[in-house]
Amino acid sequence: MKGGGFSYWRRKTSNAFVTILFSSSVLIVLLPLILIVGYLFFKGASSVNLNFFIHRPAPVGEHGGGMGNAIIGSVYVVGLASLLGIPIGLLGGMFVGEFPHNKFSTLVRFVADVLNGTPSIVMGVFAYTVVVLPMKSFSVLAGGFALGVMMIPTILRTTDEILQTVPTSIREASLALGVPYWRTVLSVVLRSAKSGIITGILLAGARVLGETAPLLFTSFNNAFFSYSVTQPISTLPVQIFNYAISPYRDWHRQAWAGALILVLAILIVNFAVRVFSRQRFDQTV
Amino acid sequence: MAAEIDDIIVSERSRDVQRKTFIRADNIFKAVIGFFAFLVIVILVWLGIQLYESSQLAFASGGIWRFIKGSTWDPVTGVFGALPFIYGTLLTSFLSLLIATPLGVGTAVFLAELAPKWLKRGLQPLVELLAGIPSVIYGLWGIFVLSPLMANTVEPFLMDRFGFLPFFTGYPLGIGFLTASIILAIMIVPFIISVSTEILSTVPVPLTEGMYALGATRWETLKKIALPYAKSGIFGSIVLALARALGETMAVTMVIGNTPQISKSLFDPGYTMSAVIANEFTEAASANYLSALIAIAFILLLVTLVVNAVARWLIWRTTRMK
Repeated sequence: MKGGGFSYWRRKTSNAFVTILFSSSVLIVLLPLILIVGYLFFKGASSVNLNFFIHRPAPVGEHGGGMGNAIIGSVYVVGLASLLGIPIGLLGGMFVGEFPHNKFSTLVRFVADVLNGTPSIVMGVFAYTVVVLPMKSFSVLAGGFALGVMMIPTILRTTDEILQTVPTSIREASLALGVPYWRTVLSVVLRSAKSGIITGILLAGARVLGETAPLLFTSFNNAFFSYSVTQPISTLPVQIFNYAISPYRDWHRQAWAGALILVLAILIVNFAVRVFSRQRFDQTV
Repeated sequence: MAAEIDDIIVSERSRDVQRKTFIRADNIFKAVIGFFAFLVIVILVWLGIQLYESSQLAFASGGIWRFIKGSTWDPVTGVFGALPFIYGTLLTSFLSLLIATPLGVGTAVFLAELAPKWLKRGLQPLVELLAGIPSVIYGLWGIFVLSPLMANTVEPFLMDRFGFLPFFTGYPLGIGFLTASIILAIMIVPFIISVSTEILSTVPVPLTEGMYALGATRWETLKKIALPYAKSGIFGSIVLALARALGETMAVTMVIGNTPQISKSLFDPGYTMSAVIANEFTEAASANYLSALIAIAFILLLVTLVVNAVARWLIWRTTRMK
């Protein structure tokens, strides 16, 4: 043992030094967050007005215009994605959560995690080959498919985790009353896990709401208001991307405004989820 | 009397029937939800097959290795080699890990071991927020804020001080490998933080308390107990972040300069696998071109599958000990 390493003074200073080092890493990590949110408000807020929400994009050189069609498009595509993602994620998660300790469930869980880590652009290519190519057209359907597949693992894993936290005694109480197992799961277990599951679904929705890469060549883009599922549609993230890489100052302003709205929407969902799950926590305590 | 007994028998029998329907209903229920769980596996297999089949055209002349090793990407003459993109993806991913790992692990240690509870509860949502900001918004910020900063301040400074190194030569454009890596680092750091914090919180309290009782400082406890215990899990979180970095698309596309070249200088513009798919997919006019892009997606899928599997295994190995 080195005598010097155990001197009181030296140990204290190295402890203080390391504490400062770790604390400063927090500051460095949070700096970009502050800068990004700051810039969003600084650059975006001035271009957000009523026109932004109700108008479609104006042609180059013409002042004004908005992202009304892109906002509707985003809601449309995410809504369609939910139709695919929620049932598969929820029911699959019910199986994995109710029968957690067998090889099949372990495999499903692993595959869901791997699917969750698959790059979103790859999901876009997947949707392109299975939806766009056969239909011979970019469409809302293709975008919804890509985002829906991305929602599945998130919803499955949160449902899985929540169901495992539901006490076995609740299930046993229901079974002891003569309620069949399927009924027990649907009306007793699911009910007590309800807010957790809704949280998972909302978070999955918020996550795919901001996705751009899988939509570039599935739902593509559209300069007009469109409501057909077989037609391409404009979405907020894709619109932001197209405007950001354009050479026009006016479009840059619009991009910042769109980004601000997108982040606010995601923030609101996250905040709602937080309040929601805290409520649940208060009730059980 | 006999009638009563009959009644009882009948009701017993009907209860039996009822129970059988119950069991049948339960089995049907189990089969249905099991089927939906199975669909997840189906989707992954389907994804793999679909991409593999669609990329056959690109592998037709000389196979997958020739495609990977080809350093020329020229859609006009129909020559497709993926090496510049693989180089760009690997370079930016590793560089971003180099930046993000110390910051992420440092923050995780701070949150898990050093911060008072109220501070931890305040900071964790912020870290989650950092993870929740869409990629395209990082890209937007990258183009209009980070890139000018890099071109005017950071890159000239690096050239001035470290210009003798081959990585810091060339012209400070503000778009290129270095800017892309910094954006990537900002984006992946929350993954390292959240997983590592969770892993560090699985370190058994009696072990650390024993260490404190022996008079050890916080740093000594961390170094001797917590970090060795959480080592493989923290490593797992870094590998998980690597998987994210490899596949990250929009932000990188917007700041890397989109030039298929293999350059030593970090200031030079480059290209990544995901960026070339994002940029050129809708422009791919010929079947060969499209197939080459899908082939890149297929390779990206394979790489992230392996990296993710390794990460999950490492994390599972640590949390299982709990």
